[in-house]
Amino acid sequence: MAVRTSNNLSERRLTFVQRIWQLNWGLVLLIVITALIGFATLYSISGGSTETWVSRQLIRFGVGFTLMLIVAAVDIRFWLRAAFLIYGVALALLVAVEVVGTVGMGAQRWVDLGPFQLQPSEVMKIALVLALARYFHGIAHEDVAQSRRLVVPTLMVIIPVVLVLRQPDLGTALLLLIGAVSMFFLAGVRLWIFGAAIMAAVAAVPFAWHYLHDYQRERILIFLSPERDPLGAGYHILQSKIALGSGGVFGKGFLQGTQSHLNFLPEIQTDFIFTMLAEELGLVGALGLLALYVVMLIYAIAIALRSRNQFGRLLAMGIAATFFVYFFINIAMVTGLVPVVGVPLPLVSYGGTAMVTILVGFGLVMSVYIHRDVRLPRRAQTEEL
Amino acid sequence: MQQDIVRQKAFTRRALIFSGGAAALTTVLVGRLYYLQVISAHRYRVLADENRISWRLLPRTRGRILDRFGVEVARNRRNYRILLIPEQTPSVERTLFVLRSLVSLDDRDQRRVLRDAQRNASFMPVTVLEDLSWEEFARINVHMPDLPGVQPDVGETRFYPYGQSLAHPVGYVGPVSPEEQTGDPLLELPGFRIGKSGIEKAREKVLRGTAGNSQVEVNAYGRAIRELEREDGEPGRDIRLSIDMELQRFAHKRLGNEAGSVVVMDVHTGDVLALVSAPSFDPNAFNLGLSVEQWRALSRHPRAPLVHRAISGQYAPGSTFKMIVALAGLEAGVISTDHRVFCSGKIEFGDRFFHCWKKGGHGKLSLVNAIEQSCDVHFYDVARRVGIDRIGQMAKRLGLGVPTDIGVEGEKDGLVPSREWKRERLGQPWHQGETLVTGIGQGYLLVTPLQLAVMTAQIANGGFRVKPTLIAHEPQASVQQATAPPPREALGLSAGPLSLIHRAMDLVSNSPRGTAYRSRIRKPGMEIAGKTGTVQVRRITKAERQTRLLKNEERPWRDRDHGLFVGFAPFDSPRYAVAVVIEHGGGGASSAAPVARDVLAEVQRRDPGRVLAVGELVADETPTEI
Repeated sequence: MAVRTSNNLSERRLTFVQRIWQLNWGLVLLIVITALIGFATLYSISGGSTETWVSRQLIRFGVGFTLMLIVAAVDIRFWLRAAFLIYGVALALLVAVEVVGTVGMGAQRWVDLGPFQLQPSEVMKIALVLALARYFHGIAHEDVAQSRRLVVPTLMVIIPVVLVLRQPDLGTALLLLIGAVSMFFLAGVRLWIFGAAIMAAVAAVPFAWHYLHDYQRERILIFLSPERDPLGAGYHILQSKIALGSGGVFGKGFLQGTQSHLNFLPEIQTDFIFTMLAEELGLVGALGLLALYVVMLIYAIAIALRSRNQFGRLLAMGIAATFFVYFFINIAMVTGLVPVVGVPLPLVSYGGTAMVTILVGFGLVMSVYIHRDVRLPRRAQTEEL
Repeated sequence: MQQDIVRQKAFTRRALIFSGGAAALTTVLVGRLYYLQVISAHRYRVLADENRISWRLLPRTRGRILDRFGVEVARNRRNYRILLIPEQTPSVERTLFVLRSLVSLDDRDQRRVLRDAQRNASFMPVTVLEDLSWEEFARINVHMPDLPGVQPDVGETRFYPYGQSLAHPVGYVGPVSPEEQTGDPLLELPGFRIGKSGIEKAREKVLRGTAGNSQVEVNAYGRAIRELEREDGEPGRDIRLSIDMELQRFAHKRLGNEAGSVVVMDVHTGDVLALVSAPSFDPNAFNLGLSVEQWRALSRHPRAPLVHRAISGQYAPGSTFKMIVALAGLEAGVISTDHRVFCSGKIEFGDRFFHCWKKGGHGKLSLVNAIEQSCDVHFYDVARRVGIDRIGQMAKRLGLGVPTDIGVEGEKDGLVPSREWKRERLGQPWHQGETLVTGIGQGYLLVTPLQLAVMTAQIANGGFRVKPTLIAHEPQASVQQATAPPPREALGLSAGPLSLIHRAMDLVSNSPRGTAYRSRIRKPGMEIAGKTGTVQVRRITKAERQTRLLKNEERPWRDRDHGLFVGFAPFDSPRYAVAVVIEHGGGGASSAAPVARDVLAEVQRRDPGRVLAVGELVADETPTEI
């Protein structure tokens, strides 16, 4: 049918090299620049040494970057077919964490796979976007309006969110939830349903409060009035604001940050790395990084809009939404706009899994770009490969 | 196909709405960053500096306390200490175990070290032992390789080389108690000591000096990273006392096991040369903090060693008050210099008898002889004529019942009773009989040994005001300067009555009938003039009077009389005044006078203005039986 109507590039089978050649190099460059900023910041945190953090982070970036290229080159039809399978594996891993997970940082989050450890909740971020894109790709536009059609995808969201909450990891659960809600919105789910869901959520707050861990409740309470308890749980937010604010417009200079170097913010290499960057490089540096993120986001959105298949559109836009939620919550958190919820700064924070997740996500976005003109039929059984 | 276009349009619409939302939220972030880094930047910069800059106080060496000749009576001794830095040892327990084989470290210390090591940051040194001997300290230094984390340190502690002899006037230092905290961060330093009594407390500011400070950059755990600025402060200044340490020690020894006090004053300058209170305590013990048992033993001791008797012991003056009564009478013109009274051993006044200490009576005595022999009946008569008002005025004029403001804490006022005082405090009118009792220095009267010394000095120097002081007048004062009297304020006493008193006091010591004749100094030019006093602490009952008075030695210690003696020397040109009080020592002639005699002999022997071969005085002295 439509497959035969044109003879443009997308219709042909491309070799791996050809596909790589098709890559969106502008986006690749932005990713590399952002990662370099991250390395420089880690270098400064370790007091001008590559030993502590940078070398390991470089290896992780190398692995993630390679994975990104591979993911980008893989045919989008493969991702369409494998979407539910990947989701199933991710779900299985989450359950496995529940059963045999290692306790790290006071929460069960990791699966030990011998040479490296895997954080299934991170895998789930990509898997959920893939699965939802696949699901909404597979149903007709009119069907999206039918509430009964939303039962399955809702369950697909609720189950991993609950599992992640049980670990307990409020930040990731929140990221999953916001990413999924964005997908629902982009797929065209009627607005009144969101209204109803929000009302239901508000009604559920007292119950949710009951199930929150003490430290999670504490964080929310402290968020509401951090200055009241400067040496206790409000310490993080206050110290972060002091470090950040004292940076001023041009910052204290690279390697010159006092607050971060003197350990007023513990574990600054992970979630609070933006504080360090903003202290040393000032408003200029902070806005520079933010601009990089925004340009990457615009790239991803443009790729989504340009795609000629619903799966690609939803996938690219879902990744874009997840990416946005990542950097928005992280920066809002370290500037004291939202409670501290353990969300890393994408491509900059120290940590392997989040880095790989983001890179694989961008790999998918690039795959959507490379295969932007591929038309995918709604039903899997009618596909011709 | 058609359907996909619908889907794409719907998606595009939603994607643009989403992008709009993302743009709005990103704008919020930009606004927030602008607020923090531009609008509030200054405030956060200040907070950041408060975070990282810490002021460390550097206490300076405490000033020494010297006697009038520059002898150190309080100095700073090296304190060999052992500190432990928990982060530098793999196991605190193991290090302590090795340490125990080298020095004695009891279980209590060990528990304290382990507790402190756990509680503080791991780089904060914990004090393990203080005040080690050099041998112990050296032994630990030799074994340093086996003692990871141990840091030998030399600090400073206060040391009082003369211990008990000077404990009361100089006082002692000790750790700052919570009530003494003033908000001055220096006082909150661990191990900081402040003056707790005596000169150490009164002159705390001068002795302490000004602490320096060092501005250091610290990290979040308080570890100093580098020094940014340093100010050295001023070390404490030395203080030179008026005390002559050798005399002080002599007087303290001379008191022996008695409870009492000795005050020696320069009658012209007011310099207090000796201010002894016994029993005493070891001020060095307070330095490292007393144990509960030690404190209890000191504070519950029946003879109260912590009380500074010389300034806060209050006693009835007894017969030493008779000079005041005589002076009051002579100055008022109520009696003449040849006033005579017949003593039969008692007189009747109102409806009761007032007794003389001499049962058979003295017969007819002049005023001078009445002082010489301390006749009570004579002074009942004088007191009755003079009246309580004039007696009280004269007592206060000569410094009794008035604080001397010698400049150390704890001085008591004493008490010179008056009609108004009795009406206010007791709500009763004054009885004439009480005037009679006051006339022999008993009744409500209370004076401190220091006040007695001031009174005696003012009588001795011809009626000029002296203010007693513990601080040397001029740091470099030579003897010649000290002998030149400073401008003096006359007390308004006439020369006639004063010289009569002098003559009477001369007779007390140097006439065979004088009550202190046995405690005289024979060396020409060093003779004493004085007055004895014996104070009953218990009323003598009628039954006792009719049978026989128990001798002092036969009574329990608590019931024995207080013995007093005031005097000055040399008689022909008075220079030194002395006041001695022996609590429950028996009669003043037998207990206090010999002490006063020896002290006055010693102070004159030590007088640098005199040319006197050492031992000359001792050879001349005949042993006295008391």
